[in-house]
Amino acid sequence: MDGIRAVVGVTGMNATDNPAPGVPVARSLRASPRFGGRIIGLGYDPLDPGFYAEGLLDGGAILPFPSAGREAVFYKLRHLKNEFGIEVLLPTLDSELRVLAALQRELAELGMTVLVPELECIEAVSKARLTELAKRTHLRTPESETVTTPSVIGRLLDRFGTPIVVKGVYYGAHVVHSELDAIAAFHHYVATWGLPVIVQKYVDGEQYNVAALGDGTGRTVGCVAMRKMALTDKGKAWAGVTVRDSLLLDTTQRIIEKLRWRGGMEVELMLETKTGDLYVMEVNPRFPAWVHLATSAGQNLPLSAVELAMGLAVPTLGDYRVGTRFVRTTLDQMGDLATFGALSQAGQIKFAGSSP
Amino acid sequence: MTHESTLQDLVQRLRQLAISESGFVFDPSTGHTYSVNGTGLQVLDALKQGVQVSDLAARFSETHELDPDDDPLRDIEEFVAQLRKDTNLD
Repeated sequence: MDGIRAVVGVTGMNATDNPAPGVPVARSLRASPRFGGRIIGLGYDPLDPGFYAEGLLDGGAILPFPSAGREAVFYKLRHLKNEFGIEVLLPTLDSELRVLAALQRELAELGMTVLVPELECIEAVSKARLTELAKRTHLRTPESETVTTPSVIGRLLDRFGTPIVVKGVYYGAHVVHSELDAIAAFHHYVATWGLPVIVQKYVDGEQYNVAALGDGTGRTVGCVAMRKMALTDKGKAWAGVTVRDSLLLDTTQRIIEKLRWRGGMEVELMLETKTGDLYVMEVNPRFPAWVHLATSAGQNLPLSAVELAMGLAVPTLGDYRVGTRFVRTTLDQMGDLATFGALSQAGQIKFAGSSP
Repeated sequence: MTHESTLQDLVQRLRQLAISESGFVFDPSTGHTYSVNGTGLQVLDALKQGVQVSDLAARFSETHELDPDDDPLRDIEEFVAQLRKDTNLD
């Protein structure tokens, strides 16, 4: 079989206790004997851990924050196209998707394909529009309301009962038991992410997550379900196990089909203990940070994503091994001054041994 | 739902479990794991083969040395109730 020779840029090289998906995406590409291309890690800080992972990357570069605007991001990517020859770009952070979706045609003219959902799809799965998505797909989601003022919180507490969940528009959730705590959480998320804030009915149950890839026609290329077994204090998975439950997979496939989703996705689901009902809690428009578990279980979703971006025929992936586990660890990675210096000063580095 | 059909549900569900020789049990649909002792393992094996609870209790009475207070039927029924709960059948 012909190997994949593309130069792939992967964003999200941050890998702390709240890890970005970039490192596991790059690891998945490296894990495939079919991948013979180069991987350029893209991050926002010279200390992003992915830059120091031995043997993972052929090069690395610092990107401007998406908030710097379309032009700044475009100029930097054009520069990186010239420097590294990036042909495929796999964004892995929510905050990057809108600007890259907006730039994808201009980048394609440079010869750089971005695997990113269409803008309207990204909006359709946003937290603020989850109820609307659930109606469209005939799925269940917890009752929730998008709010712009704390004055309505008391009324929502009466309606939903306690506890309730207060969520930031992009990230984070607080489970709170009183109006006072709910108002504090509201102000926290306004200060962090801006308006609106989502107030949601609390569902008690077990959380399951599904990593998936859609090809843009409504077809699911692959999807793997996982139950979190251990959490960090930020609620991030520290250990997990692959499971098989057709309801979890069917739910994900229905979302992909309805939206004609193109790219990676994570669906967060809750199986309510009291009723056994399955709720869609969130849909993330990119691969999750645990996506390497899917690779280890037999579905290399990032590799298929590269093939998809390259316009190759991508077969629907076969079954995966149930019971495959991951357990995260912390690791002190060693780095030399040259790597940190190059990333700090020039904003990029080519690692020794990588082709020019 | 009849008693027989609920037992059939349980048998089908138990057949999905991955059970090691040492009694370590993995439920592939929920991701839960359990440990059962040797007796529990024997009960699981028998239930998976479709043996009725009453027949299994009678078999235990014949093959195990029981104290006068022991009630294998009650114990197995409790075990089955726990299994149904753990496998989300109840």
